[in-house]
Amino acid sequence: MVLTLVGLSRGVLDDQKTRARGAGADIVIRPSGSSILGASGNMPAGILRFVQKQPHIRVATGTLIQGTGGLNSITGIDLKTFSEMSGGFRFLEGRPFSGPDEIIVDQYYADQHKLHIGDKIPVWDRQWTIVGIVEPGILAREIVPLDVLQNLTANTNKLTMIYAKLDDPKLTSQVIQELRQKLERYPIYSMEEFVSLYSVNNVPMLREFIIVIIGLGSLIGFLVVFLSMYTAVLERTREIGVLKALGASPEYILGILLRETAVLAVAGSILGILLTYGSSWIINSVIHGSLQQAIVPEWWPIAGAIAIVGAMIGALYPGLKAARQDAIEALSYE
Amino acid sequence: MSSQPIIQARDLRKVYHVGEVEVPALRGVDVDAARGEFVAVVGPSGSGKSTLFHILGGLTPPTAGTVRIDDMDLAQMSDSDRTNMRKTTVGFVFQKYNLLPTLTAKDNIEIARNIAGKSGPLDPEFEQLLALLGLTNRLNHKPRAMSGGEQQRVAIARAIVNRPSILLADEPTGNLDTENSNAVLGLLRRLNQQLGQTILMITHNPEAAAFADRIVTMRDGRIV
Repeated sequence: MVLTLVGLSRGVLDDQKTRARGAGADIVIRPSGSSILGASGNMPAGILRFVQKQPHIRVATGTLIQGTGGLNSITGIDLKTFSEMSGGFRFLEGRPFSGPDEIIVDQYYADQHKLHIGDKIPVWDRQWTIVGIVEPGILAREIVPLDVLQNLTANTNKLTMIYAKLDDPKLTSQVIQELRQKLERYPIYSMEEFVSLYSVNNVPMLREFIIVIIGLGSLIGFLVVFLSMYTAVLERTREIGVLKALGASPEYILGILLRETAVLAVAGSILGILLTYGSSWIINSVIHGSLQQAIVPEWWPIAGAIAIVGAMIGALYPGLKAARQDAIEALSYE
Repeated sequence: MSSQPIIQARDLRKVYHVGEVEVPALRGVDVDAARGEFVAVVGPSGSGKSTLFHILGGLTPPTAGTVRIDDMDLAQMSDSDRTNMRKTTVGFVFQKYNLLPTLTAKDNIEIARNIAGKSGPLDPEFEQLLALLGLTNRLNHKPRAMSGGEQQRVAIARAIVNRPSILLADEPTGNLDTENSNAVLGLLRRLNQQLGQTILMITHNPEAAAFADRIVTMRDGRIV
């Protein structure tokens, strides 16, 4: 559970990073006070026109992002300037949009929803016709014309993000400094700074959520082991009596139970790691367009330690109960 | 046989507390067993046989009296001392065999050695003993694949693998048919005669008791 959750967090954030890098920009400008994951908030389109006129800006483009439910969102772009900056979408099927009700989607989204060219997607009481399916990894999964999205969502002349490409990427720091002086209210980043924000620490409550889930996982593991070992000790009362009759000390009996628990915990950890491959395959196969789960080997020792420590603590009381059992009572247990 | 008894109990008393009621199980038992002797303790249910078995085996301390096993005073021993004594000085054979069901016959024997802190291969003498018990070809079987007689023979092997000074057997034929009972009793007799193994066997079966050198009868917590 811990590995799957961490893998999901990592997978979603890595996917966001990949798509942000896919925009091909050197500089990113966000609205002030906006959330990194939800890309919320907006800023006047006049900012874009201002940025476009600055020195060393080869091309600048703006996008509008609107959530459509869950983790999904729809992104409006100016196809001409965006293509100029990113090098353009690579179309697997179809063509760019040319009308107001047309949408292009990436392959993950199309595969997940079993969509093809000509199919319709209902969003906000409007039927969007899929005209193009593109390779994933560039900006967004559902892409529509910017002006259409602005008008449809009452965000005329509003943008969520501004991307800028320089005529010389080496000048990125210098241009950012100049822009920050002129646009004091807006967070301005290099692309590397921007993608570094896609971390667990920068997503509101995600870190706390993961800690709570880890705590719950540990508690559940402890309770499962505690109940299992308690039941096992009851079921093996007579065997414990036999060991005591043979001269086994309380430490010997406790040692047997703790070693057995440790072996089960290690085996369970390995099984858990293997299951993350299974869950990753299922999630990436079934809902790749919404969620992606990464495999997180650096978390294997942490998850293993949680499992082993939780299991040992869970086995301690049943083990002590077994170790202290009276031999005669245990031998007469039916 | 040595003149010094290997088992020597004097005025042995044991009182169990059932709620607020005191139940005397032994009311002053004097019993000796010489080294290499095969003694049968007989008596009806509730006569105190099992309590005597448990005290002599170091499974519970007496309430009063003295009991010496191989020159060790059990009455003065702590729980830990009695646990250590059970590793090498006393071997138990139970009516219900009490083999560990998940282990093979060999592993059931090995775990007794492991508890006693012994390791390495079984010595050739014990291998011969396994042949005498008819277990050579049954060592890799688990208890569920063995007959009652075979399981009891494994239990005997487990009880004597650490060369205990005394072998305590509690109704060793109680769960066996006549043929297997005679086989097990015959084996105990041979262990006693060929190896000089001291055996104290509790039984209420007079035919089983007849295999012993001497029969001690108990009634109402006393030797009669």
